[in-house]
Amino acid sequence: MITHPRTEELAESVRLWIDEIRPTLDPRNAFLARVAANAMATIAREITQGPAAEAAAIAGMAGVLGQEGTYAELNSALCARIRSGELTVETPGLLAALTTMARDQIAIDQPSYKPEGTVRSE
Amino acid sequence: MELDVRAGLEKLAGRLGGEGAKLTEAGRLSGGASMETWAFGFEGKDGPERLILRRRSAPFDEETARSVSLATEAKLIQATGANGARVPKVRHVCDDADGLGEAYVMVRVDGETLGKKIVQDPRFDAVRPSLARQCGESLVAIHKTPPPAGLNLKTVDGVAELDRYEEVYRATGAERPILELAFQYLRKHVPTSVEPTLLHGDFRNGNIMFDPEVGVAAVLDWELAHIGDPAEDMGWICTNSWRFGRPDRPVGGFGEYADLLAGYASAGGRPIELSRVRFWQMLGSLRWGVMCLTMYLSWRDGVTKSVERPMIGRRVSETEADLVVLLEEGL
Repeated sequence: MITHPRTEELAESVRLWIDEIRPTLDPRNAFLARVAANAMATIAREITQGPAAEAAAIAGMAGVLGQEGTYAELNSALCARIRSGELTVETPGLLAALTTMARDQIAIDQPSYKPEGTVRSE
Repeated sequence: MELDVRAGLEKLAGRLGGEGAKLTEAGRLSGGASMETWAFGFEGKDGPERLILRRRSAPFDEETARSVSLATEAKLIQATGANGARVPKVRHVCDDADGLGEAYVMVRVDGETLGKKIVQDPRFDAVRPSLARQCGESLVAIHKTPPPAGLNLKTVDGVAELDRYEEVYRATGAERPILELAFQYLRKHVPTSVEPTLLHGDFRNGNIMFDPEVGVAAVLDWELAHIGDPAEDMGWICTNSWRFGRPDRPVGGFGEYADLLAGYASAGGRPIELSRVRFWQMLGSLRWGVMCLTMYLSWRDGVTKSVERPMIGRRVSETEADLVVLLEEGL
């Protein structure tokens, strides 16, 4: 892909502009503009962090399932085998793989979110 | 249908305050997708009144399909209030003559509802350590209120709730392994049944008016009231999505489990085990995850085009990040 600008930079420029005009908006639109700015930031993070997260998810799921496949194939297979009761919280490696996937996804969607179990450092 | 709420409030001022009562203020406070809240005031024949109008601004959509009518909400507030619960005073239930659609009016209660403020604002530092206990106490008066007759409230238990949300989840077509695992795990850990009680149904930080001096001032937003396991109301306020950045304080981001449970028991509630609360807390995360999916779908299917909806869809991963930890810890 071209690099001048990169896609994530386009998203970042839109986010900055939204933040700039936010103070001029009525409360409802100011709120929605903040949501829109957050959406642009998510897009930028997905572009930069998404490929590594997906590769890690594929490796993790393939390890648990003992099969190869695309992200979508492995994800479907994993869901089906959890639903059937074949894979449970006791299955070695399952929770570890799911934890990695969850952490990588929250880092894209909402990096400021502090999940259950986060110890406060102050 | 756009409706002129301000004109409706002018008219309402005359109806409630007597002829000649003039509106002194009127402003919209918050915009849920389907519910509006307006603060208004007037100078009536008996002096000034400061009120809140709560009205439905859009027809029921899927994610609110469980909610009760506003008239029912008003009846529940009156019934629980008469039983000693801290709730607002209902001033008027609107009818066709008011031209405001489905709506009711309550006396304004001062305080703060923004969850983040309760959790962070130094104004609440002094009262914060007592809030979890107060929440436990507050629930007792609600749970001990006999449900008013004729309201047709739904009764749910753990299994019914899992069935309902799994059905909604399947209908979305999404494939999320962590949600799948949470469904399977919770089905194996449904608590024994208890005598069902009236529940608030949406008892969480954000729906409670807190006063910096006294603590719980009023329990608001009764639209999800139903009959069920009293631990459900406790589990929901412990769900991490409503801790506003303080996962280390399990009750609403401001308090401890032990204080919530002790407050409940000391006010005469039937003692509840922590594992039961944790079941509903985990189900709370799962339920919020599924709700986030349906809010995305309401955008995809064109029901609403607000940018808010697809971004709420991206909040599913917050529930997944919580669920993997709860699954690891166990109930």
